[in-house]
Amino acid sequence: MKRLILAPFLVLLLALSAPAFAQNAPSPGSSRGTVNAEEMELQRMLQGGRVEGRTTIPDARSEVLIQPQGKAWRDFHNVTLAWVGGIAVGGMLLILIAFYLTRGRIMVEGGLAGRTISRFNMLERVNHWMVASSFIVLGLTGLNLTFGRYVLLPIMGPYAFADVSLWGKIAHNFVAFPFTLGIVVMVLLWVKDNIPNGRDIEWFKMGGGLIGKGHPKAGRFNGGQKMIFWITVLGGGIVAASGYFLIFPFWGEFGVADMQLAHIIQSVLSVLMVAAMIAHIYIGSVGMQGAFDAMGSGEVDLNWAKEHHPLWVEQEMAKARQVVSPTGVKPAE
Amino acid sequence: MARMKFLCDADRCIECNACVTACKNEHEVPWGINRRRVVTINDGRPGERSISMACMHCTDAPCAAVCPTACFYTTADAVVLHDKDTCIGCGYCFYACPFGAPQYPRVGNFGGRGKMDKCTYCAGGPQQDNTRVEYTQYGSNRLAEGKLPLCAEMCSTKALLAGDSEMIATIYRERVQRRGYGSGAWGWRTAYRENITT
Repeated sequence: MKRLILAPFLVLLLALSAPAFAQNAPSPGSSRGTVNAEEMELQRMLQGGRVEGRTTIPDARSEVLIQPQGKAWRDFHNVTLAWVGGIAVGGMLLILIAFYLTRGRIMVEGGLAGRTISRFNMLERVNHWMVASSFIVLGLTGLNLTFGRYVLLPIMGPYAFADVSLWGKIAHNFVAFPFTLGIVVMVLLWVKDNIPNGRDIEWFKMGGGLIGKGHPKAGRFNGGQKMIFWITVLGGGIVAASGYFLIFPFWGEFGVADMQLAHIIQSVLSVLMVAAMIAHIYIGSVGMQGAFDAMGSGEVDLNWAKEHHPLWVEQEMAKARQVVSPTGVKPAE
Repeated sequence: MARMKFLCDADRCIECNACVTACKNEHEVPWGINRRRVVTINDGRPGERSISMACMHCTDAPCAAVCPTACFYTTADAVVLHDKDTCIGCGYCFYACPFGAPQYPRVGNFGGRGKMDKCTYCAGGPQQDNTRVEYTQYGSNRLAEGKLPLCAEMCSTKALLAGDSEMIATIYRERVQRRGYGSGAWGWRTAYRENITT
């Protein structure tokens, strides 16, 4: 039963199949019992559960004779995941193109001040780019497993595509480690500035200044950035955990049901994260003037900062004043 | 061409595991991999049956449908084979297979999966028939020599039948009629969406 740890819902399935199991008991007087292959397969397929028994091979996985859930996983992988992934990633690209064509690049309204303010230090930026570069590798190699067969295989031919996919799989496994490390560091660095509060609701009501008019007030991180933060650390954390489970297929006594569940969680969250990160990349580069500097040089234009993060600028200014005149003497203005 | 299938007459199988051993020996299957296994259901209770199970060479094979590199192909005899040169060992065929047929050597980086290995119906792989390279990758190719899979050929009770679908179904049907009982063709509903009416 140990291998059911990850799939508590199977307990329910087992419970459901229990009364049916009694139906397979022999009728009185029958010495052979009545077992019927077709009935058993049909029943397990309709009611859940698997045809299981005992083997002499010391591998619990070999005790499953027939698992109809493979069909459900196949449908998930070939139909559900393909559609969810296709709509999420393709849809996000279309939305961003439409947004760019209608709204255009978001400029700093007051123009660039020419003076800058320090937004992210070296550690924050290095860590961001470690997570970002590993996410791009993980995302592309992951998408390749679902879509490569239909997109790349016809172009590259079977052997070149197999080489790319094999190296992609190895890269996917290894790059998972810097990604996870980066997520942990990200939590430590930024969680204190990403606690949701009332201002974030206000921010979302005003469409984040993206859709409506005017700039909602925000501290160091606005509602949208906080959302990206939590998508990254929660989504990334769950994706990493389920991914490590799939990297070590021979570890523990986990069965095929656990692997199917882990794969479903991992792949759905991953394609949604890819879609979210495409939007993040857009707004952090071509989508908004001045935004890239935050993660590029770490120094952002003062007017950009005042428009998007006025409360944070005030805080930083107050800190700076403290440094200049710690006695609290008001500077002549 | 024939439509090759396996049929295990569970009322005859005595769980001797000779098919498992024969398979491992014939193809020199590495440690930890069993292309065929015998599962006993209702063990020790009324209705106990033993079923020898390997790849069923499904119609509309799930493994082929989910493979990211499309490394599976079906031969003219309806045997489902795969190309180890394009397999990447991702494990997807194992998730999709109803019968637990795909097996993986434990290799590489974290003791992860190597290239998938499964029952070839003693029909080798995409390499030239009965060559050294084919044997190393897939084991022997008995079908190319005009022989049937060894597991079924040497089954002591002739419980495990291999051959053309029509032929083995006829044999099984006659047996059931003569003895008056039979638990049916295990896996046929799942693999071929059909069953043998007796």
